[in-house]
Amino acid sequence: MHFYSNNHEFSSSRAFFTLLLKEVHRFLRVWTQTLVTPILIASLYLFVFGATLGERISVVDGFSYAQFVIPGLILMGVINNSFANTSSSLFMSRHLGSIADLLVMPLTSKQIVAAYTLAGMLRGLLVGGVVGLISTQFAVLPWVHPWYALLMAVIASMLFALLGLIAGTFANSFDGLSLYINFVILPLVFLGGVFYPISILPPFWRLISQCNPLFYLLDGFRHALLGIGDIPMGLAFSLSGGLTLTLLVATIYMLERSTRFRA
Amino acid sequence: MKPALEIKNLCKSYSSSQVVNELSFSIAPGEVFGLLGPNGAGKSTTINMISGVARIERGEIAIFGHKVTPHTPEVPKARRLTGIMHQEIVADPFFTIQQALTLHPGFFGIKRDPNWHDYLIERLQLGTHIHKSMHQLSGGLKRRFMLAKALIHKPRLLILDEPTAGVDVELRHTLWQFIRDINATGTSILLTTHYLEEAQQMCSRIAILKDGRLAALEETDKLIQHENTRRFSLHLRMPLKQIPEALLSFEPIMDQNGTRISLKTGHTEDIGTIVTQLAASNVIVHDITSVEPTLEEIFLRLTQT
Repeated sequence: MHFYSNNHEFSSSRAFFTLLLKEVHRFLRVWTQTLVTPILIASLYLFVFGATLGERISVVDGFSYAQFVIPGLILMGVINNSFANTSSSLFMSRHLGSIADLLVMPLTSKQIVAAYTLAGMLRGLLVGGVVGLISTQFAVLPWVHPWYALLMAVIASMLFALLGLIAGTFANSFDGLSLYINFVILPLVFLGGVFYPISILPPFWRLISQCNPLFYLLDGFRHALLGIGDIPMGLAFSLSGGLTLTLLVATIYMLERSTRFRA
Repeated sequence: MKPALEIKNLCKSYSSSQVVNELSFSIAPGEVFGLLGPNGAGKSTTINMISGVARIERGEIAIFGHKVTPHTPEVPKARRLTGIMHQEIVADPFFTIQQALTLHPGFFGIKRDPNWHDYLIERLQLGTHIHKSMHQLSGGLKRRFMLAKALIHKPRLLILDEPTAGVDVELRHTLWQFIRDINATGTSILLTTHYLEEAQQMCSRIAILKDGRLAALEETDKLIQHENTRRFSLHLRMPLKQIPEALLSFEPIMDQNGTRISLKTGHTEDIGTIVTQLAASNVIVHDITSVEPTLEEIFLRLTQT
């Protein structure tokens, strides 16, 4: 066997795409847990708000409650799964020690962040897409700006995939990781306007909700689908996009500097 | 030709403890180099800094001339040329052996070579286990898989961090023979092990670490030759009840029968004089065997405080 026979030319992009492929393979291998379960949960929400309460409540003029809540449920699927994918993957590899395999790869911090984030985004968008398809059984949305809606879903998935990487880096235990989910993600979702427009809140709580980044993602997404929103769509996109880019830079910086990632 | 590995003034501390302290050495291309030391001497930390698992606090590391300096384009080139078999079992539980070995060359930016893949599977006898995941493998199989994983991207510098820890004798021989064959293809090897006899046989040069510093760095043969002491066994014709007074200065050890006495001497002492002195006391030596110092003795002398 001749050791240095052939095919040992280095390609940085091949290293990046292999890591991306591995991360996608990771969640596809346990697809019942990573795709079917969140879709089932979202479908139950759709059933409750679509088939039962949806036609009896109205919080926005001209739209049923089912139509109002569906964009929120789609986006909830996107962000929960984008966050879960990156946070669990990075935390598990730290916990099991297999992060050593990642650290010895000829990849830059930017490439590692990009591969993990893209895989998390893909899982989030897959779940969101299927929830969107299922939602057509309960209510029809006008899809006023479909491309903007897609862009906002992409921004949301990226923002929460990046947050997942930060949580996966700093969590010390499974309990610690669930703290991020229960005390950060869940309040953001429930107080961000998934189930109600913040315009119906008292002034103080409205102000609090406006500090929630999910509010801007959700308002922009709903605006793109229904044509109505609490704030101008441009503002929602600018703030969400700006925050995501800031977090992207912060996450790359964190992986380059943090001793929790590389001792 | 540039050194396979060059380390200059390497330092690393955790909290207030200096784990690696001004460490410098280099490995020539094709060399098998042993990095030895007791637990906590800084071997694994050094290896972690070379491979990228840990950050370099101060100092320089270059692999075939590519500096492992953070945030430079040289780092991926250095990483591509390095393969590491970690001390702990490191593997993603989501993948089978086949899947992991198929993906792994891509992680290092190279195409998979099916011939090389098959060769590793065959030499490391992983063929019947190829579709098993890590939790289904025995300890020995995990070690074999770890070695295959370290080699699948054809590294030019192979780092082995205690590769035979916890494996049986037969597998140890198989692994060492395979590592010799890999070295024969031109791959440089950096080895840490607590099996000093194996290090003595495998390594052309050895560095011994103590408290993060170099306690010795020498060609293996010279390191042993430089040792000032040697041991002789005197086989006696008649058994003795106690050690003769003339031998007490040579740290004598007498066996239970009283027919063999082991002595520790310097290289300058004349064993003939000792035998003559014993004959004068009616103690007849009918055979003498000389035992050269081992790496283990040198290791203990250098590392014990």
